Amino acid sequence: MHIPDGYLSPSTCATMYVASAGFWWQALRRTRRQMLGRALPRLALMAAFCFVVMLFNLPLPGGTTGHALGVGIAAIVLGPWGGMLAVSLALAIQALFFGDGGITTLGANCFNMAIVGSIAAWGLYQLISLGSTANSKRRLVAAALAGYGSINLAALLAAIEFGIQPMLFHDASGAPLYAPYPLHVAIPAMMAGHLTIAGVAEALMTAGLFGYLRRNEPALLGLAKSGSESNATPKTPRSLWGGLALLMLLAPLGILAGGAAWGEWAPKDFADQAARAQITAASGNVAAPAMAPKGLSRLAGVWTAPLPDYAPRFVKSAGFGYFLSAIFGVGIILGVVWLVQLLTGRRDETRDLAERER
Amino acid sequence: MSAHPVASTLRGFSQALSRTLVSEDAAHAGGVLQGIDPRAKLVGMLALVVSAALAHRVGTLLVLLAVGVGLAAASRVSLWSLARRVWLVAFAFSFMIAAPAMFMTPGAVLWRWGWLAATAPGVHTATLLVLRVEAAVTLSTLLVLTTPWMWLLKALRTLWVPVEVIALLAMTHRYVVLLAETANQMFESRQSRVVGSLKGSEQRHMMINTGGVLLSKTMALGDEVYMAMLARGFRGEVRLLTDFRMRSRDWLAVSLLLAAAAAAIVAGR
Repeated sequence: MHIPDGYLSPSTCATMYVASAGFWWQALRRTRRQMLGRALPRLALMAAFCFVVMLFNLPLPGGTTGHALGVGIAAIVLGPWGGMLAVSLALAIQALFFGDGGITTLGANCFNMAIVGSIAAWGLYQLISLGSTANSKRRLVAAALAGYGSINLAALLAAIEFGIQPMLFHDASGAPLYAPYPLHVAIPAMMAGHLTIAGVAEALMTAGLFGYLRRNEPALLGLAKSGSESNATPKTPRSLWGGLALLMLLAPLGILAGGAAWGEWAPKDFADQAARAQITAASGNVAAPAMAPKGLSRLAGVWTAPLPDYAPRFVKSAGFGYFLSAIFGVGIILGVVWLVQLLTGRRDETRDLAERER
Repeated sequence: MSAHPVASTLRGFSQALSRTLVSEDAAHAGGVLQGIDPRAKLVGMLALVVSAALAHRVGTLLVLLAVGVGLAAASRVSLWSLARRVWLVAFAFSFMIAAPAMFMTPGAVLWRWGWLAATAPGVHTATLLVLRVEAAVTLSTLLVLTTPWMWLLKALRTLWVPVEVIALLAMTHRYVVLLAETANQMFESRQSRVVGSLKGSEQRHMMINTGGVLLSKTMALGDEVYMAMLARGFRGEVRLLTDFRMRSRDWLAVSLLLAAAAAAIVAGR
């Protein structure tokens, strides 16, 4: 995934440098405040660690081996800003000193792996581990998915950057001047290896290192070490519940928006004059077809929702129907989350109890 | 035991360490590029790399590659080592990616082997890609090989790189070497205590455990380094001692390199 010099056009490279510069500036601004503290050596050492961990040849299930990037664990330990700086430094050392990845393409490589990778890893870890206990198995799964998701997102971005080159940069005869493969070739070619091998390596390395740190250095992960604290279920932030309640109360505002959302028309709308006028106006004055497309008519009735158009049949008031639908929707999501917690939490409790008895 | 993953990891560490030593040796060999002010060299060589990225003609890229070979010879950089470490690796990687383009790009057919047909635009695209990678990698490798790392970092100030980033890069490079050596020793000591064969899952566990210990050591070392910095008077401000001085031959060198880059950009369109 380290794009070498010569694969991307200079204008793509310049754009990626500019895109990365904004994030680097913001990350440095945040880190500068901590320069009086331990941030300087900690960032440098984490970058050195990421570099060294990239050399680890990890055996994977199935007999193959793969290399991890270390972006998942860097983002979890240092946060997204620290993570993006540390991985950018490791990539810069690789490009400048070891010739792994180009100098002109360093901006693109850092944007894909360090910046988007760190933000994705940190976001996924926070989202999946939200509300879980320090010893929860869900945190381990969150770390693995953070590694897997971040490296695949980075690979997808690299594939898009490769794939747009032949569209934008070709000579008079149409021959590509830089990376020669269009998106429909570049994306599957790049993702095949990352979804199967590199992603698994990153997931195993992130989850493995996370598990090691949780056992031996929980303070580095911001997790309390003492048994009473680590086993306490963290309270879900009150502001989150407050915000959720407010959004549910505001749900009826949705009925103020007139007409149907673009692309969400029902087959009967194509026969209705007023609806047809709305479709035409919303589609850049391109007239809607005289009849609903055959495929749309055939597939539209495959599934009938229990609460069509957020309006339960037994409720007369549209506003109250919206409000009820919001409660119903939030209830289903909370129910699924509770079920997942129940399935993973019970095992964690049993394991914690066994560990304490030991 | 199937020692391949551990053995290849150890090989990776020793290659990284030996490369560090080789580059330090080359940086101090008295040659043409070693004698130029690092700032002049950085600006001039980067301009040449950018001109290689911009070039759309095979002839221009061949000339840029020849310039790189000439500079390497004049700077006492071993051409054999350059061929083995840079040209061969870059060729293998870029050719593997470029080769299918010879057959997938539509256009007039040049050769046909059964159902496989190489087209003229396809061969042109693949040649451009391989030559561009070779030229850019040669020129950027020469810059790094002929400049001591600390001087190269200090020269980055010319390109407005913040002083904190330069300090971070310097520290990162220093501790890459130390951590690679530490990891190498940990793997060797672990491997010397293994009798028989390890299953894949056991090898994985060993790797991750070593990585975990290395991460713990990294964080502890970070704190130690910080205490040492404080003891030496660090107050949160990073300063660089730059004693570079541009002489007339440095101005001449940067002018020549920039002129060559400009000519390559014009000729390569």
